[in-house]
Amino acid sequence: MIEAYIPDFYRILPEVILILAALGMLIEGSFRKITDSKLTARFCRNAIVAIVIAVVVLCIQHKSGENWVTFEGQIVQDDFIFLAKLLILVGSAAVLAISIPSLAKEQILSFEYAVLVLFATVGMLLMVEANDFISLFVGLEMQGLSLYVLAAINRDQLSSSEAALKYFVLGAISTCLYLYGTSLLYGFAGSTSFDVIGAVIRVESAVGLPLGFIIALVFIIASLAFKVSAVPFHMWTPDVYQGCPTAITAFIAAAPKVAGMIVFLRILVLPFILMYGEWQAIIVFLSFASMVLGAFAALRQTDIKRLLAYSSIGQMGYVLLGVAAGNDDGIQAVFVYITLYLVMIIGTFGCLLSLRGKGHFGVQNLQDLSGISTLHPKIAFILAAFMFSLAGIPPLAGFFAKLYVFKAAISAGLFGLAIIGVLTSVVASYYYLKIVKIMYFDEVPAAPTITFGQSVVVSPEMIVVLNACGIIILFFFIYPNPLLEMAQRAALALPI
Amino acid sequence: MASLPLLSMTIFLPLLGAFAIFFNWGQSGLVQAKNARWVALWTSLVTLGLTVILWYNFNADSSSFQFEDKFQWIPIMNVGYHVGIDGISLPFVLLSALLIPICILSSWSSIQERVSEYMIAFLVMETLLIGMFSALDLILFYLFFEGVLIPMFLIIGIWGGPDRVYAAFKFFLYTLLGSVLMLLAILYIYFEVGGSDIPLALTTPFDPAVQIWLWLAFFASFAVKIPMWPFHTWLPDAHVEAPTAGSVILAGILLKMGGYGFIRFSLPMFPEASAYFAPMVFTLSIIAIVYTSLVALAQTDMKKLIAYSSIAHMGFVTLGIFSVDAQGIQGAITQMVSHGLISAALFLCVGVVYDRVHSREIADYGGLVYIMPRYATVFMLFILASVGLPGTSGFIGEFLVLLGTYQVSTWAATLAASGMVLGAAYALWLYRRVVFGALIHPNLKLLTDLSWREKLIFSPLVAGVLIFGIYPIPLLRVMEAAVANVIDQYNLALDPEDGILDRNKALDMARQDDKEAI
Repeated sequence: MIEAYIPDFYRILPEVILILAALGMLIEGSFRKITDSKLTARFCRNAIVAIVIAVVVLCIQHKSGENWVTFEGQIVQDDFIFLAKLLILVGSAAVLAISIPSLAKEQILSFEYAVLVLFATVGMLLMVEANDFISLFVGLEMQGLSLYVLAAINRDQLSSSEAALKYFVLGAISTCLYLYGTSLLYGFAGSTSFDVIGAVIRVESAVGLPLGFIIALVFIIASLAFKVSAVPFHMWTPDVYQGCPTAITAFIAAAPKVAGMIVFLRILVLPFILMYGEWQAIIVFLSFASMVLGAFAALRQTDIKRLLAYSSIGQMGYVLLGVAAGNDDGIQAVFVYITLYLVMIIGTFGCLLSLRGKGHFGVQNLQDLSGISTLHPKIAFILAAFMFSLAGIPPLAGFFAKLYVFKAAISAGLFGLAIIGVLTSVVASYYYLKIVKIMYFDEVPAAPTITFGQSVVVSPEMIVVLNACGIIILFFFIYPNPLLEMAQRAALALPI
Repeated sequence: MASLPLLSMTIFLPLLGAFAIFFNWGQSGLVQAKNARWVALWTSLVTLGLTVILWYNFNADSSSFQFEDKFQWIPIMNVGYHVGIDGISLPFVLLSALLIPICILSSWSSIQERVSEYMIAFLVMETLLIGMFSALDLILFYLFFEGVLIPMFLIIGIWGGPDRVYAAFKFFLYTLLGSVLMLLAILYIYFEVGGSDIPLALTTPFDPAVQIWLWLAFFASFAVKIPMWPFHTWLPDAHVEAPTAGSVILAGILLKMGGYGFIRFSLPMFPEASAYFAPMVFTLSIIAIVYTSLVALAQTDMKKLIAYSSIAHMGFVTLGIFSVDAQGIQGAITQMVSHGLISAALFLCVGVVYDRVHSREIADYGGLVYIMPRYATVFMLFILASVGLPGTSGFIGEFLVLLGTYQVSTWAATLAASGMVLGAAYALWLYRRVVFGALIHPNLKLLTDLSWREKLIFSPLVAGVLIFGIYPIPLLRVMEAAVANVIDQYNLALDPEDGILDRNKALDMARQDDKEAI
């Protein structure tokens, strides 16, 4: 029996590699008497190596150029999924790299950190390659549960436990919504497979779609909106961002958002494409509300992670604008935006993690950043570039992300939403500029609160990641074609 | 010469200089500052030289774009790197290249902190400005147009006056708000035209109903930039708080981006909408000329007074542009170039005394003529040029604008002319209070007259104002063909008696004849 599945296992070799690496580390860690940040750092490096191997395997697999359907239609692979997986893997590895120097500082002592990141990564890979609501559910939960535990990794610290609990409770509700939606779908369509449901909807919509499909659609959208923290399912985001150790926040903010968005797009475009009229209205609202709330709620924040939480809500609003367009341009826009978002957010958190705040922890308060432009001009320069890029000011990379999204919106005729989008981007640029202002315009305090490179060792991995992110953001405009071509290939794989 | 991509070299040379300074960052403070200053100065001077070569090789008889460079930049979006200049953009390219070295020289000793960053900001800005004036692709244009915000925001915010943060934010957010709507309009045009090439877009006729919206989106951007009343409130704050060189760039070039945009895009691309909105633009321009002149009279801060006078002068520019008359538009461009020289010089004049006394209050001065006679002479020349005295470039611009406007609307011309009287009032009164009168403030008695560096800064401006005032033909000659082209295009679209519409009618009639024959 099992022999029949061996070719299938070859096809999920990257995932298998990551699982084996995680299990190996788990076993080694359990036999250690003491775990400290040194062990965790070594495990992080091991995890990075495992991910790099997985990336190489993935690329070799893709080189052969075949798309496949395995595990009886549960898992598929095409250009779009390949690129999404690549993004997730690179994003996870980059976050591990930037977190290494801050492990001791942030009291992330348990070795499980690296293991859980790997499990979450596998969960995300499963999410994007799922072609069935059941395998998607497994992926969602694998990622979700790992993230809840990661959020609670500092269990002695009140804010971390509180954040984890909130995350878990709200995440459980989202899971309930998802399951309710899929069970309804199963009831009406008799299957959980994307393809079958799509076919059933095609047949049914000719004679009039039962209401059950629409209710199921709404439930599933709600649960996925939770994953990408779209308004009004965003409540957990600011608290979790603020409460978690910064390295964990960086992880939650980066790859899971990408995976969530890809899943969002795949579900809406594969099984539900004929219900475009129904879901577009919902997505337009989610996008509108996220952009507006993300712009206005962040204005008064003084905690930098809370500010970034609202900023990411707003950024997801722009991605949803691309989803709402629901055409070829829209898919490309989503892909371009999340790729550049990943680079910007990893770079931003990398800058924050390289700075050491008062006491044990990293930068918490916005004012902690004052004066770093004279103390650490390089960090300040690159962080300022990320801020201008997040605000979408040309010629930085963030501008092209916004350009693509608005291009998609215009091509789909969503003029009103596009106008809201550009206006909120002006409002949002206020708080990105505020960070630049604190770093460059404010007088240097007598006793600077941040030190860099003294008590915190900046690891070589971190320097590589920061430089790579900085170069991408600053010089993307010279030759943006490769990414845009990738986006086009991805969009071709997801026919509308 | 023809084989070299001269224009692209001009655009990107300053960026190269900025990189040179950036990679020198590690050196110790003083050496680094000295190197940064010299690198910046030489880069900007060579750039100026290159633009002069451009001018020399420019064929003024042709209305088409010259020194074009075109290749695919983002092939997947069909967006090209396409640059080229015609008679409308050349004066602005020259102006930008002239003012940047002046800015660098004027900050030679007054900027002592973060010199490298300062010079990098100015060089990056030069690339963006020259690129903006020569971009022939809408996306590329927007990239340069909007990119200017970053260096300017930093210049105001880092090296500005006490209230610099407020001014920097107001400048940035205000102008960004205007620009983003233009981005949407650009994307709409992109889909209509099937690409973002400007020459292609200029010849595409748009549906008049859509034109109204596109025109408004472009107007939001340019009206804030130029700035027109009532979108001008960012300007006085930004001018007052910016360091001297920042004000020079703001008044000298940044304001011209709006006027350039109106001539380059609004008139030829949206002729129906331009005609439809011309009365509104006239009204706003007249209000700007009269109202801001009155406001200028009430100012106690020298920089603020000059800032308000800039708004009034820009009122003439918009008046001239929307008169859509050969003299009007030529006058508008001349006025922009001349204002670029005069307002830059006036801000430098304020900077000269500000560097010595550290006050911009008019009341803190008086009687400077006794101790700084050379300064008083230079200042007087520019005040008179600002008033529009015949023999200075200010006269040529305003006269041509009034001439053009008079043919369209007698009322507008009359009211604008009355604004000139107010302009004379506040400018001369400013001069009287600062330079004449008794030398009552004791701290003024120790002031020194212009240094050799300051003389060097003022001499090209003095020369420019006088040469273009006495013999403006070289300037007018450069723009003549291009302006005529814009006006032809505008009239063709509007006038059904001859031109495209007429040709369509003829074709229709021919078809009918064919039918009847059958």
